[in-house]
Amino acid sequence: MAGHSMTSSSSAPAGPQEEIFGFTKAQFVALLVMFAALVIAPFFLYPVFLMKLLCFAIFACAFNLLIGYVGLTSFGHAAYFGMGSYIAAHSAKVWGLSPELSILVGALLAGVQGAIFGWIAIRRQGIYFAMITLALAQMIYFFCLQAPFTGGEDGIQAVPRGHLFGVISLSSDMTMYWFVAVIFVACFLLIHRIVHSPFGQVLKAIRENEARTTSLGYRTDDYKLVAFILSATLAGVAGGTKSLVFGIATLTDVHWSMSGEVLLMTLVGGLGTVFGPMIGAAVIVAMQNYLAEMGAWVTVIQGVIFIACVLAFRRGIVGEIANLLRVRL
Amino acid sequence: MSLSRRDILAGSAGAAAFGALPYRSAKAQAANTIRIGVLNDMSGMYRDISGMSSVVCARAAVQEFAGRGFNVEVLSADHQNRADVGVNIARQWIDREGVDVLLDVTTSSVALAVSDICREKNKVHINCSAATSDLTGARCNANTVHWTYDTWMCAKSTGGAMVRAGGDSWFFITADYAFGHALERDTSNFIRAAGGRVLGQVRTPFPGTTDFSSFLVQAQASRAKVIGLANAGADTTNCVKQAAEFGITRRGIKIASLLMFINDVHGLGLQTAQGLVLTETFYWDLNDATRRFTNRVRSAMAPNMPAMTHAGTYAGALHYLKTVADMGVAAAKADGAAAVARMKAIPTEDDCFGKGTIRADGRKLHPAYLFEVKTPAESRGPWDYYKLLQTTPGEEAFRPLAEGACPLVRS
Repeated sequence: MAGHSMTSSSSAPAGPQEEIFGFTKAQFVALLVMFAALVIAPFFLYPVFLMKLLCFAIFACAFNLLIGYVGLTSFGHAAYFGMGSYIAAHSAKVWGLSPELSILVGALLAGVQGAIFGWIAIRRQGIYFAMITLALAQMIYFFCLQAPFTGGEDGIQAVPRGHLFGVISLSSDMTMYWFVAVIFVACFLLIHRIVHSPFGQVLKAIRENEARTTSLGYRTDDYKLVAFILSATLAGVAGGTKSLVFGIATLTDVHWSMSGEVLLMTLVGGLGTVFGPMIGAAVIVAMQNYLAEMGAWVTVIQGVIFIACVLAFRRGIVGEIANLLRVRL
Repeated sequence: MSLSRRDILAGSAGAAAFGALPYRSAKAQAANTIRIGVLNDMSGMYRDISGMSSVVCARAAVQEFAGRGFNVEVLSADHQNRADVGVNIARQWIDREGVDVLLDVTTSSVALAVSDICREKNKVHINCSAATSDLTGARCNANTVHWTYDTWMCAKSTGGAMVRAGGDSWFFITADYAFGHALERDTSNFIRAAGGRVLGQVRTPFPGTTDFSSFLVQAQASRAKVIGLANAGADTTNCVKQAAEFGITRRGIKIASLLMFINDVHGLGLQTAQGLVLTETFYWDLNDATRRFTNRVRSAMAPNMPAMTHAGTYAGALHYLKTVADMGVAAAKADGAAAVARMKAIPTEDDCFGKGTIRADGRKLHPAYLFEVKTPAESRGPWDYYKLLQTTPGEEAFRPLAEGACPLVRS
């Protein structure tokens, strides 16, 4: 990475608004609302549903890091999500690791995988980048279908939630919820930190004009690769957490439709916004949950929403709200 | 309009009382209500052997228990043959909807996962249409009853009949998940024990495979005398149809449909299906009792007809409700393992399977029937499809208790 990047990007525009911990005023208010919702929600809604929502929120935030801030449309993020899910499940079930270590192992492997795939994929842009990531993800899907440890169509079943740090039992849904909520908040803040660091400024510069960023002396490929690895690792965290919540890791997690789903979540919520992916994940997961009785119609409704989003409000839910209120969210 | 403080107080007290009332009665009612969740494939390749027809059969059992001092509600959902979806629904049903028993649960991968959930939450799992013999074997638990059939039974009955008829070299086309693997494993054991040989196998992706031509050609190239279909539902019918189109059966290679239901035969038509040998534990036209049962449900499930899985769903629900009536609603709701233990203690009796018992490992015992599919000339009309070849009594039809490696039995 270019050594002089830190000094030059720290002079990037800080914005006229005053900031609290790197959040604008509006973002800080939204953050407080989010914390309040995280604390209150489990007393009113089904904790398992909320945990699923949070896992997908992490996944969508990780995805947004790449598509929203670097402008790279990966169409193979299910590979990292699914690999994180399988590895975490395997670590917890077969190796008997504690949940936090299982998720960590899953995330690290997803990161390594992201490093290899990213190294290949970032050489191209636009549709070619999307196609390369999709092709690599399909290879991972096939690997998961055939590898003996994944259990093929059965998946890895009866994954124990285990004891946090070897002490706190996570078998109760409420305890598990707080664990997942902490992971979510940690990932959320980490992504926010990354985006608002000098490193993040360079990423945004790449998104706006890569050639110009190169001409300013940044090795853009290195930045893109690091962003890709970070995104893949966080997707792995999401997958690993999900497999522990439900006690099962299946091919659904690595299927290409999962890559499409996370894209949909991010678009619906708002590309390149801090809170957008979370709202998008909430909308899509809630829809899948509460409309489940309508069977195949859920996908039709999802498709209609996608079209409506792309045609009518391209900024996504949060993006449109931010635009209306003239704030950054 | 002005509101005095008294008005507000009276109003809010009234609202509170009004709000509390239906809630309390709902609670009281819930304590006296058994909730049955029928979880199966409503839209995919197994919908004909489970689907809404299973819900109809569960309701038929519930009807017989009307006015016994407790209420029974039947819920249903589609697990799309995906284990993660099934686990999700099962958890939500048990945590949020107060479901006491999960019934039917097609598809072995989903069944094994749901079985684990029911053990974890101490609820009852009566499996009526998944096949894997692991449910009462290595992965058995005290909360599960496996009712209708299993892979070991199919392997012994159908596989054994094929070997006796001279089919001593086999090639398997196997659905690539728990059920296919178990069926292939159990059948291979019988073939080897009888001195036959397994020349190879090919695993087909599940669900979603519709074109089996390359697999059939591979099977044909192996020069096996018998192509064993370790799959079910639409997979089996597609294989049989495509084997006929490729002329494989005309060349003298036998197709062994190790698991086949009457609905599959109906879908294939007698012209294609004639002569196939298959095993079921229930046939609607078997005796007076089975015809009686069929008459009760067939109008509600038309145009479908009850397969053994539907009969199992009815009989399983009936026996569970009988147990609930015997041990009391509160006790049955509180402890799923105790309810299953009680189910094992009481002998079963119903129109579909006659008299039977449930073994310590959760295996329901009843006779298995080897049928041959009639020729179009022999059949008197739609759904008159089977000729009975052989009856295996319940004690011999299923895997011996000691061979299953069920942890419940070892102790």
